[in-house]
Amino acid sequence: MGGYIPMARCEQEEMLAELGLSKMEDLFTEVPKELLAAPLEMPKGKSEYEVRRIMEDFGRDNKIFKTCFRGAGAYRHYAPAIAKHVSAKETFLTAYTPYQAEISQGGLQAIFEFQTDICVLTGMDISNASVYDGATAAAEAIVMCRERKREKALIYSNCNPDTLSVAETYCKCQDIPYEILPAKDGLVDKELLKEKLDETVSCVLVQSPNYYGMFEGVEEVSEIAHAAGAKVIHSGNPIAMAIINSPGEMGADIAVGEAQPLGLSLAYGGPYLGYMACREALMRRLPGRIVGQTVDENGERCFVLTMQAREQHIRREKASSSICSNQALCALAASAYIASMGPEGLRCVAQQCYDKAHYAAQRLEEVGYKRRHQGEFFHEFLTECPPGPEQVLQKLEAEGILGGLAVDGGILWCCTEMNTRAEINRMVAICEEVALI
Amino acid sequence: MKLIFEKSKPGRGTAMLPPCDVPFAEMDESLKRKAPLPLPEIGEGELARHYSELERRTHGVNNGFYPLGSCTMKYNPHLNEDIAMMVGFNRIHPLQPERTAQGCLGIIHLAEKLYCEITGMDAITFQPSAGAHGEFTGIAMIRAYHQKNGEDEQRREILIPDAAHGTNPASAAMNGYKVVTIPSGPDGCTNMEAFRSAVGPKTAGVMLTNPNTLGIFEKNIAEITDLVHTAGGLCYYDGANLNAVMGIVNPGAMGFDIIHLNLHKTFSTPHGGGGPGSGAVGCKEILRPFLPVPIVSETKNGYTLEYNRPDSIGKVRSFYGNFLVVVRALCYILSLGSDGVKEASEGAVLNANYLRKKIADGKYVAYKEPSMHEFVLGLSELKKETGISALDIAKGLLDYGIHPPTMYFPLIVEEALMVEPTETETRETLDEAAEAFNTLFRMAKEEPEKLHGAPFTTPVKRPDEVEAARHPILRYQFD
Repeated sequence: MGGYIPMARCEQEEMLAELGLSKMEDLFTEVPKELLAAPLEMPKGKSEYEVRRIMEDFGRDNKIFKTCFRGAGAYRHYAPAIAKHVSAKETFLTAYTPYQAEISQGGLQAIFEFQTDICVLTGMDISNASVYDGATAAAEAIVMCRERKREKALIYSNCNPDTLSVAETYCKCQDIPYEILPAKDGLVDKELLKEKLDETVSCVLVQSPNYYGMFEGVEEVSEIAHAAGAKVIHSGNPIAMAIINSPGEMGADIAVGEAQPLGLSLAYGGPYLGYMACREALMRRLPGRIVGQTVDENGERCFVLTMQAREQHIRREKASSSICSNQALCALAASAYIASMGPEGLRCVAQQCYDKAHYAAQRLEEVGYKRRHQGEFFHEFLTECPPGPEQVLQKLEAEGILGGLAVDGGILWCCTEMNTRAEINRMVAICEEVALI
Repeated sequence: MKLIFEKSKPGRGTAMLPPCDVPFAEMDESLKRKAPLPLPEIGEGELARHYSELERRTHGVNNGFYPLGSCTMKYNPHLNEDIAMMVGFNRIHPLQPERTAQGCLGIIHLAEKLYCEITGMDAITFQPSAGAHGEFTGIAMIRAYHQKNGEDEQRREILIPDAAHGTNPASAAMNGYKVVTIPSGPDGCTNMEAFRSAVGPKTAGVMLTNPNTLGIFEKNIAEITDLVHTAGGLCYYDGANLNAVMGIVNPGAMGFDIIHLNLHKTFSTPHGGGGPGSGAVGCKEILRPFLPVPIVSETKNGYTLEYNRPDSIGKVRSFYGNFLVVVRALCYILSLGSDGVKEASEGAVLNANYLRKKIADGKYVAYKEPSMHEFVLGLSELKKETGISALDIAKGLLDYGIHPPTMYFPLIVEEALMVEPTETETRETLDEAAEAFNTLFRMAKEEPEKLHGAPFTTPVKRPDEVEAARHPILRYQFD
């Protein structure tokens, strides 16, 4: 039988008979005859082995790069074996949203631990159970800040392009006015920010490290924005926060971002993991699922989905977001990643990202690939590319290296702990070779 | 059990990375983190036990019957997990050159083709990450369509039945629409008189699921979609209940212009305890220009991502959505094929009707109309008689190892329990579940006090939800 149906047709016929029916069609008498579908033309069902072969062939049509210097919103990090195995546990995998707390304590506690991890990393008071990805997290945060008299969002143009694009979609859909602040030399000028802030502005969305890997000076952004009565939404990289200022320390009101770097594979763009955390004052405006601690009838500590009065199934059209399913399993994976790395391991990942990117930037500079912008950066940086990006990237590709991303006529490079010194040297040598031809 | 933070001891940990092999780079002091970083410090063995214990305190589809209405908790095939874990998909960077990601693009392209056939649509995007996200995307496309035709200012209303999922009105409101609620009639279907008087020049569209949340097929669906089209509006299909009608009748034939699919429901991808899902959005030709960018196109040089689409609503998510969920869903459809798709829906409807009859001989079913893939019990009579509520019955089921049905939904049924068995359950499982329900109904009459105390066998007892909301503790409190 197809459809993973466990029963033989004759059993089903017995069941039909118990219902006083003689054939399957009798179950569908409510469907008007003229609407009934013609038989599907797709191929008939296949055996497990056949499907496996087809899918493996698709896999072979992809090129796996042994070495990768590309980030731009998706980062290759080492995921400990235990972290991967935890999120593959079939009970976590096959459970639904934990509506029944009595039999869902495992999943609920895992989310509570994730919420705590995110609060620690971001320096915020409250985290939700996750949203779809970093881009929708930023967009939801803008919606969260909207007030009747303060509607407008100021958005840094040097956010990740997908974050920018999704934020624009959400603003347009909800008729939220917004303005994109252009960057100069990789950063947005604080004077420009001051100029644009007025009593109609609800929030400023700033990413730091930004798309070019550079630090935006968020403390100052917070001071300026708060002085004008606007909130600050910080979009960041949770790995970086192990060693750099957290958004909480820098005065942000809401911290959002893409948590894929916390041990999730590149996976051609998803599933990823949006995190979303805020100050206590904004707690009841935070969208999405939130897990809270309480006690059961015996006074034992336990966990439940809580503050549901914010959500769509209660508030319907008055809810601030329609989000229901989020990325719970990815949150579990990220939490297991954090626990398996520990604070020292996480600092080590972040520091190696920083060290290796700085080593690579220096080596590239030596062979004529100068950084376009000055200023501090984390693990990504934009260089000029004298021979033209396409030529360099194709040569790297031929050598099994996924080079940086062609951006604004240059190349946006990324290094993580997974890039060895030998890999960096080899990449630099190829870049040099192409430049000399 | 202890939280992972309570198991942490300074100095414990793991060894995952080699020492750095490039010179240390000193960061400017002003950039450095000053706050402490109290993340768990814990050895690997203890960590493994922590998560195994959490797993034991969780209930998944493989632990037992899971008839959670509207969620389609069918078996999640193991093959699909194997395939989704292949390095050939996991190590692919979303910004790799298209010529090096032809396998991924080919998967998206084939999945689009197969899902179009099942749903009667012309194009599909896999960018939305969950059903509600699909709704948001679909309604945004409807609005973009009206904007393009210069009718956005006139068409400000979305019609939604009172039995609809809460996500429907919320998604409409996220697109700036006014929600007009349509009451259900005594037969559980849309009240046609109310509907006719609500449709008009202000109508941007309608959002419906069919079968509806009562598990009843809207017989008048053709008239409904026709009325909306005649008035110049568009019709949105919430695919949460598609498992009832695959290969039987498709949303395109019902007159819908745009739909979302819950790949994590109908198409067997695991729900992960609350995601990741996939809310793929399909549409008819007239709405294709408004799909989110990029779309996957087939050219003579292979598959390519097309970004230059001036009427697109833009992006609704980074990259191309929850790709590995699409991988699993494609495996599923290839396994089922044309025959299995239809058999799955037939099996789902058969199992629902069988269970409906076996539970108190259908006595508590809220609407007597024939059921499709799910049915709703209304226990207000039982409650009046015995004081036992839908919540009590649900909690009682926990002691039988059964995940309770969806409770108190749809809102139009008092003391509702919404039961969706799915096609992957055996007759024995259905018989045992019916026996559990019937025993609980007997208990309600004979020992109501006892049943108020259920569950008795779960890791924790009923939680104090009021306290949780009143005094929120939403993270571990470090000393």
